[in-house]
Amino acid sequence: MALADTRFLPRERFQTLLDALIERGFRCVGPQVRDGAVVYDTVTRSSELPVGKHDMQGPGTYRLEDAGHERMFAWANGAQAIKPHLFPAREPLWSAERGGAGSIEFTPHSAAPEAVAFIGVRACDLAAMQIQDHVFLHGPYPDPGYAARSEALFFVAVNCSHPAATCFCAATGDGPAATHGYDLVLSELDNGFVLSAGTEAGNAVMAQLELDATTPAQTQAVVAQGEASISAQTRSLPSRDLRDALFNNLEHPRWDAVAERCLACGNCTMVCPTCFCHAETEEPTLDGHATTHLREWDSCFTTGHSYIHGLQVRADIRTRYRQWLTHKLGSWHDQFGRSGCVGCGRCISWCPVGIDITEEVAAITGD
Amino acid sequence: MQHPYTPYAAEVVDRIQESRSVFTLRLRFCDPQVQARYRFAPGQFNMVYLYGVGEVAISIVSDPEDEQLLDHTIRAVGRVTRGLAELKPGDRLGIRGPFGRGWPLTAAEGSDVLLVTGGLGCAPLVSVINYIMRRRRRYGRLTVMQGVKHSDDLIFRGRLERWRNVPNTQLILAADQAAPLWPWHVGYVTELLGDIQIAPKHTHAMMCGPEGMMRVVIRELEQRALPDDAMFLSMERNMQCAVGHCGHCQYGGRFVCKDGPVFPYSEVKELFGVKGL
Repeated sequence: MALADTRFLPRERFQTLLDALIERGFRCVGPQVRDGAVVYDTVTRSSELPVGKHDMQGPGTYRLEDAGHERMFAWANGAQAIKPHLFPAREPLWSAERGGAGSIEFTPHSAAPEAVAFIGVRACDLAAMQIQDHVFLHGPYPDPGYAARSEALFFVAVNCSHPAATCFCAATGDGPAATHGYDLVLSELDNGFVLSAGTEAGNAVMAQLELDATTPAQTQAVVAQGEASISAQTRSLPSRDLRDALFNNLEHPRWDAVAERCLACGNCTMVCPTCFCHAETEEPTLDGHATTHLREWDSCFTTGHSYIHGLQVRADIRTRYRQWLTHKLGSWHDQFGRSGCVGCGRCISWCPVGIDITEEVAAITGD
Repeated sequence: MQHPYTPYAAEVVDRIQESRSVFTLRLRFCDPQVQARYRFAPGQFNMVYLYGVGEVAISIVSDPEDEQLLDHTIRAVGRVTRGLAELKPGDRLGIRGPFGRGWPLTAAEGSDVLLVTGGLGCAPLVSVINYIMRRRRRYGRLTVMQGVKHSDDLIFRGRLERWRNVPNTQLILAADQAAPLWPWHVGYVTELLGDIQIAPKHTHAMMCGPEGMMRVVIRELEQRALPDDAMFLSMERNMQCAVGHCGHCQYGGRFVCKDGPVFPYSEVKELFGVKGL
């Protein structure tokens, strides 16, 4: 089977895809409904997926509702997808023990590679993961834990068919269709999925399922659905590099206006699939004989983030919001050769006061 | 490859009280192989780890050719440094490093060197003075300008005494507040910049201290026609990982930990002076 081949997987046979992956030793991690939101966790049965659910998102709003159909992926995203798996919110880095005569013994923590198949990830999530790969792996000091967890992954991507009102991946160029970074990609239609493979591993799984070739009508439906999910996106960001536009406006009055609304809660940074800031902390045992050095997600909105010997470089919310936005869309280009935004819109939905990054950018850059 | 986040154990060989709150720890790695392969350049820093408490970024003040000992001069100001101040010879701690880009000492060979420090900023430049003193003929005129808040904060007095008697070397000290019999200037050290000789075509200026002080120095040196890429400054930001992953030390698009801490002014000019970055 050539990589460009497309096959049709009827909905009632979706379980065979999960089974084929589980049989190959993968733990499947996929979307499911929990506490009124889509979350990613271990999944073994296709019935656990968010069947018939749709998400209503807006500034400060996220609601799941019954869609009145049987589709499994008719929603845009939840608060998280891949990031917490590769870059856990809290993770031990090393531990130290007191030995005889005051000696200290350091032991690095090693993460064991685990074969994980991600089911239903979106183009924006894959793009975000590639950005985080750049942060943690592509430098003189690759992160061994992140590297181990990246080793044995399999990605079953889904082309987005139901973007939320908060989505703008078409503007950032990261979606709604997945173009690379997956092993298998699905387009969901009313009665099943059009599949194609992006890697030999994906191709082998697809071959094992012994599927029929797609019909011209199915292919056409996929194309039409893809176009519709682009034109359905109402928000956007300017496609140009915004670095200079932002850094030339560091004293724009809009920073004061947004600071009036921003609570500096850090939600946007917690749900952002590319935010990588983390703090190192120490957890000694009560008897003092051992201690664990951890890292946990931090946010440029916290008071401690810019602390140096008794002073905060960014003491007010204005400079913290400005740091976040100028980094994400501006200085990110200097560091990693692209913007740090993949257009997933999570920061808009999960902001408790509904601050909209696209609106702030438009106001500051005049676009 | 060494795990980039895990320190090596080191032993406090000696501890010197430099002033009321400033002390120097002289350290040696517990593993002789680690000690043997450890190399650093002046201006680079280590993450110094206090058992059970955490790490802090501290510049290295010893000479890079000293293969036996590693010196860190530290002010007891926060949770980790106050704990480090309690360590005694024989105690152990952790060292991870060296990290970052140091001072342009090779590029500065053959030229005059002007060092300006303020506050406790002298520590990262002490390694430069030591380095130049050991290779004095390779450099032209050396001018050391150091400002302290109070004359009691002046450290390394013995070394300063020795340095001021070296030929072609000028030492200028200032204290915002001075105790009786302070023989030097009372006021900001930057007030004395007008008095010094600068050959703008062959001078490397290196500075370290509060950003406000460095702004004043840069403004004065610009007026004296020193080019932007002949001025170097050591920047300071929160640092936790030291390898460009944790995000705290960002300064615009630069990571102070790995792109700095020493920057030519030309690289940071765009943002230098903007508050809150």
